[in-house]
Amino acid sequence: MLEIKNLRVAVGGKEILKGINLSVNAGEVHAVMGPNGSGKSTLAQVLAGHPTFQVIEGEVTYEGRNLLEMMPEDRAKEGVFMAFQYPVEIPGVSNAYFLRSAYNEIRKHRGEEELDAMEFLKLLRQRAKLMNIDESLLNRPVNEGFSGGEKKKNEVFQMAVLEPKLAILDETDSGLDIDALKVVAEGVNQLRRPERATVLITHYQRILNYITPDYVHVLVDGKIVRSGGKELALELEEKGYDWVREKEAVPAGA
Amino acid sequence: MTTTLVSPNLTVPEKAHYIADFELFNKNGATVAPAWVRQLRQKGFARFAEMNFPTMKDEEWKYTSVAPIVKVPFRLAVEYPSGVLAKTEIEGRFFGQPGWPRLVFVNGIFSRELSSISGLPKGVLVKSLGEALKENPELVEPYLGKYARLDDSIFAALGTAFLQDGAFVYLPTGVVLEKPAHLLFVSTAEKEATVVHPRILVVAEAGSRGTVIENHFGKSGQPYFSNVVTEIVVGEEASVEHYKLQREDENGFHIATTEVFQKRASRYAGFTLDAGAQLGRNTHRVVLDGPEVDCRLNGLYFAAGKQHIDNHTAIEHRFPNGKSFEVYKGIVDGRARAVYNGKVFVRQAAQKTDSKQTNKNLILSDLATVDTKPQLEIFADDVKCTHGATVGQLDESAIFYLTARGISRPNAARLLTFGFANDVLNHIELEPMRVELEAELLARLEASSVAK
Amino acid sequence: MAITDENIKLHNPTPEPGVEELVSREYKYGFYTDIEQDKAPKGLNEDIIRLISAKKEEPEFMLEWRLKAFSHWLKMAKEEGQPKWANIHYPEINYQDIIYYAAPKKKPKLDSLDQVDPELLKTFEKLGIPLEEQKMLTGVAVDAVFDSVSVATTFKAKLAELGIIFCSFSEAVQNHPELVKKYLGTVVPPNDNFFAALNSAVFTDGSFCYVPKGVRCPMELSTYFRINAADTGQFERTLIVADEGAYVSYMEGCTAPMRDTNQLHAAVVELIALEGATVKYSTIQNWYAGDKEGKGGIFNFVTKRGKCLGKNSKISWTQVETGAAITWKYPGVILEGENSIGEFYSVAVTNNYQQADTGTKMIHFGKNTKSTIVSKGISAGHGNNTYRGLVKMQPRAKGARNYTQCDSLLIGDKCSANTFPYIEVQNSSSSAEHEASTSRISEDQIFYCKQRGLNTENAISMVVNGFCKEVFRELPMEFAVEATKLLSVSLDGSVG
Repeated sequence: MLEIKNLRVAVGGKEILKGINLSVNAGEVHAVMGPNGSGKSTLAQVLAGHPTFQVIEGEVTYEGRNLLEMMPEDRAKEGVFMAFQYPVEIPGVSNAYFLRSAYNEIRKHRGEEELDAMEFLKLLRQRAKLMNIDESLLNRPVNEGFSGGEKKKNEVFQMAVLEPKLAILDETDSGLDIDALKVVAEGVNQLRRPERATVLITHYQRILNYITPDYVHVLVDGKIVRSGGKELALELEEKGYDWVREKEAVPAGA
Repeated sequence: MTTTLVSPNLTVPEKAHYIADFELFNKNGATVAPAWVRQLRQKGFARFAEMNFPTMKDEEWKYTSVAPIVKVPFRLAVEYPSGVLAKTEIEGRFFGQPGWPRLVFVNGIFSRELSSISGLPKGVLVKSLGEALKENPELVEPYLGKYARLDDSIFAALGTAFLQDGAFVYLPTGVVLEKPAHLLFVSTAEKEATVVHPRILVVAEAGSRGTVIENHFGKSGQPYFSNVVTEIVVGEEASVEHYKLQREDENGFHIATTEVFQKRASRYAGFTLDAGAQLGRNTHRVVLDGPEVDCRLNGLYFAAGKQHIDNHTAIEHRFPNGKSFEVYKGIVDGRARAVYNGKVFVRQAAQKTDSKQTNKNLILSDLATVDTKPQLEIFADDVKCTHGATVGQLDESAIFYLTARGISRPNAARLLTFGFANDVLNHIELEPMRVELEAELLARLEASSVAK
Repeated sequence: MAITDENIKLHNPTPEPGVEELVSREYKYGFYTDIEQDKAPKGLNEDIIRLISAKKEEPEFMLEWRLKAFSHWLKMAKEEGQPKWANIHYPEINYQDIIYYAAPKKKPKLDSLDQVDPELLKTFEKLGIPLEEQKMLTGVAVDAVFDSVSVATTFKAKLAELGIIFCSFSEAVQNHPELVKKYLGTVVPPNDNFFAALNSAVFTDGSFCYVPKGVRCPMELSTYFRINAADTGQFERTLIVADEGAYVSYMEGCTAPMRDTNQLHAAVVELIALEGATVKYSTIQNWYAGDKEGKGGIFNFVTKRGKCLGKNSKISWTQVETGAAITWKYPGVILEGENSIGEFYSVAVTNNYQQADTGTKMIHFGKNTKSTIVSKGISAGHGNNTYRGLVKMQPRAKGARNYTQCDSLLIGDKCSANTFPYIEVQNSSSSAEHEASTSRISEDQIFYCKQRGLNTENAISMVVNGFCKEVFRELPMEFAVEATKLLSVSLDGSVG
C-alpha cells in the first residue's frame, strides 16, 4: 500500500530524514519508534504533505501512485489520514460541521452522494457511541478549549468517522494519562481491518501494550536503524535508545 | 537660521513671555554654547513659533486641556542660590544605596554640591548635559535633538528652544553600569511662576547595560511648569532600564516628552509613576528600530483631589520579531481625571511581532473620570497583537471572599487595591525601587477613599 | 542530492497561489435596469429641496424641517467640510454634481402591486426579493426602495390587522404625520453631523414602522435598498418606533450596479424603544465595492442610532458589512431608560481597496444599563479596516456595564486593521471592559483542514465563518445563510 524509498527530507536547509526505506501492506500495523529529534514526526508530516517539509530525494508510492506529487487534500481524499501530534484549534467551527465538510469532500471524491446534516448527525452519533465519545464534543468548536487528552481522543474520533485506508498516528499517545491512552488504543484497535494500514509513531513503548504492532522500526537520526517484530519494542523499553545508538555506531559486519 | 522666526503665531499673547525670555536667554553670555546647539535651539524656537498650543479638538489632547498652563505667564527659572536648598531636603527623596551616582538639578540647573558621582566604570559618563556640551561634544552631538520630534509637539519644541542643562548618561560599548544613575530634578518657584526645561540624553552603545532613574519633584510656593524632554538611544544588544517618577507638588505642571529608540536585539524596560502635579502629561514613545527588539513599558498612576494625569504611549514596531508588553494601571479618586492613550503600530515589515497592551483603572469616587483609548494599528499579518482596557471597581465577589475570612471591608478593599496596583510594581526589577514604591502605594491607599 | 531549489521543486507538489491570489468572482448584483426615470437636475440648493418636498406632496412642517437642516449643512460645509477624523481616504465630494431625486416614472400607487412597473418587479426578483404575493417570502414583509422612492411594500394589510404600521416614509408623512412629527430627528438631530444634516435636507424615502403597545410583530420586517440610476445619491431615512412592550425585528439589504464612478449613499436610521420594548435591526450591506483596482463603488456614509427611552427596553444592532468602497457608520444606542440594553454585533470585511471605519457608540445615561459590543473585522488585499467605538458612562449611569470584544483577522500583508476604542467613565459604580486581538489565518489551520480533505478555499471560508460565528448567530435565520455565502464571495480573490 505504502512504499517509501530512500526518502530524504529537509526543513529550513537542514536535512532531517536521511534516506528512509519502509514498506507497509494493507492490514498491517507498523510502529515507528525513536528518540526526540530523530525525525519521526517529520516522516508523518511529509506523508501528509505539510508544506514546511521539503523532499530532496526519494520516492513515496501510495497504492501505486506518486504520493509526493499530490496536494495534502487529495491525499486525504484518497484515504491518507494523519492524527496530529498538536491538533489545531479552529474557533467558531463546530466539530460536527467540520467533520461533515471533510466527510462529504471524501464522498464527493469517490463519486458518492453527499450526506445531509441529519443523516450525517446520525452517523456521527453512532460513531461517538462506539468510541465512547461524549456527544457534547460534537458541538464544541474544533479542538478549542479541549484538554490535551480530549484533543487526542478527538483525532481518533475523526479517524473513526473518516475511515481512512492509511492512518498515520503522530505521537497520539504522548501526554495522555492511562485512561485516555486506553481510549485512544481501543479506538485504533476497533479500526483495524484487513484493508487498512496503520503507521503508529511513538516515543514510548507504553501504547504498544494495548496495540500490538506487526512490525517495529527504530528511527535514529533520520534513518531506520533497526526493524523487527513486536519484541523489538520490549527490548527497546528495557535497554533504551542508547542501546540502538551504540549498536548503530558499530560498523556493519563488525 | 534666524529667518524662520517671523511668524503670525508669535503675536499671540500666550506666547509673549516665552518669546521675551528666549530673547534674554539668547543674549545671556552664560549660555555660550557650540554653534550646533544654538542652531538646535533656533530650530526648536522656530517650530514653537509656528505651532499653536493644542486644544481639546486635537485628537492627541482630546481629554486634556493645557489652558491652565497656557494662561500662566511662566518665566524662565533662574539658577537657585547655592546652599539655600538644604541637602537634607533632597536626601529624603532618594533611596537605595548611598553609592549610587546621583545628579541633582535645581530649577533645571546642575547643582554640584548636591550631587555625588564616583566609582563609575571606565568610559561611563553620568554628568550634567551643560558640561557635556562643552567637554564631550563628540558624544552628544550625534544624538541630541535627533530623536525628540519637534513636528508634532509644541512642548518638545519649546524645551529644545531653551535647551541648556540636564543630564547626560553615556554607556560605552559592552560596558555594564551596575549601579543605577539617579537623576533628581527639583523645582522651587518662590517669587513668581516659573518654567524649567530639563533635558535628558541617555546613550547606551552596543552591548552595554545600565539603569537610569528620573526623579522629578517640587517644593514650591508658586505655580511652576516642568517641561521635560528625554531622549534615550539603546544600541544593538544593549539594555536600558528606565524609571521615571513624577512627584511634583500641587503647584506643579509637568509635561514630559520621552523618545526611545531601540536598535537590533536591544532591550528597554520603562516604568512611569505619576503621583504628583495638578496636571501631568507623559508622551512616551518607543521606536523598535531593529529586529528582535524587546520593549516593556509599564506605568502606575494615582490621581486624587483635582489632579489631571494623562499618559500617552506609542510603541512602533518597524522590524520583524519584536516584542512589546505594556501594562498601565491607575487609581483615580476625588475629582481627579485620568487619561490613558496607548498606541501600538505594527508596520508592514514587522512580521512575527508579539505585542500585548493592558490598561486597567479603578475609579474610587463618583466625581472622578477615566478616559482610556487603547489603539492598535496593524499593517502586517503574521502578528500576535492584543490589547485590553478596563474601567471599574473592585470585584465585589473578591471583597466578599475576604470579608468571609474575617477581614473588615475597608481592609479588604485596601488589600485588593494594593494587589491591583502591586501587580505593576512586581514588574520592577530594581529591588530598592520596588520597596520604595510599595511603601508609597500603601501610604497613598491610607489617604484615599479606599480606606473609608 | 543536495538541498537545492531544483531538487525541492522536483520532489514536492507545486505550491498553490498565495493566500492573496485567487481570482475574484464577479459581483452578482452589478446589473442595471433600464427604466424611464423622473429625475431632478443635478445640484443642491433650496429649490431642489422644495422640489423634493413638492414631489412628495409633503406638509409644510416637513419642508421647514428640511430647510433648517439644509442651513445646518451649509454652515458645516463652510466651517469644517466633510468629516476628516475617520481613518478613510477619499476625494472631496462635489455635492453640486449629484442628482438628489430619481424615481421610476410610472408613479406606483402603493396599495396595489398591479400598478408597479413589471420591469421593477423583475429587478427585485433578480435580486432575490420577489414582491408578488404568491412568490413572497413567507414570514418576511418587504419595503422595496428603488433609487429615491419606495416602489412596493408587502404584507401591509396583514400587519395593519395588528395595528402595526409598516410603509414607506413618504406614506407615513401623509398618513401618520403626528407620529413622524413626534419622533423624527429625536435620535439623530438634523445637525448631528455633516452627512446626517445632508440626509435631513434631501432624504427622499425610506421605511417607517410603528409597532403598538404590547404587540409582538409576527414577521420579520425588511427594507431592500437598490441604487440603480447613475449620478444619483441615495438618501433614505428610516424610523422605527416600538411602543411599550412591543417587539420588532427588522432587516435591511442593499445592492447597486457596477460603475466606474463613486456614488454616495447617506442614510439615517432612527430607532426608538419605549418601556419594555425590543428592536432588533439587522443589516447586510452589499453595495458595489468597486473593482479590484479600487475604481468605483458606493460611499456609504450612514448615521444609525437607537434610543432606549423606556425602562427595560432593548436595541440590538447586527451588521454584516461586505460591500461599499467606503463604509463610515457607527450604529449606536443611547441608553436612557433604567436597565435598558444596547447591543452591537458587527462583521466588516474589506478586500481589494475597500475602506471601512465602523463601530458603535454606547452612551449610558440610565441606571444599570448594559451594553455589549462584538466586532469582527476582516481585512484582505489592500483593505483598510478600522473599528472605532465609544463607550460613555455618564455620571448618573450608576451600575452601568459594558463589555467590548474586537477581533481583527488579517489576510495578506498589504492590508491593515486598526482598533480605536474610546472609553469614558464618569462614575464609580459603572464598569467598562474592552478586549481586542489581531490574528491571521494560520498555515496550521489550513493544513489541518486540508489533511481532512478540504481544499484551501473551503478551509479559509470555514476558518473565517468560525471567526464570525458570534455575530452570525445574532442574525435572523433568513439572513444568516445569506451572510455566510456573502462572506465567502467577498473574500474570494483574497485567499488561496
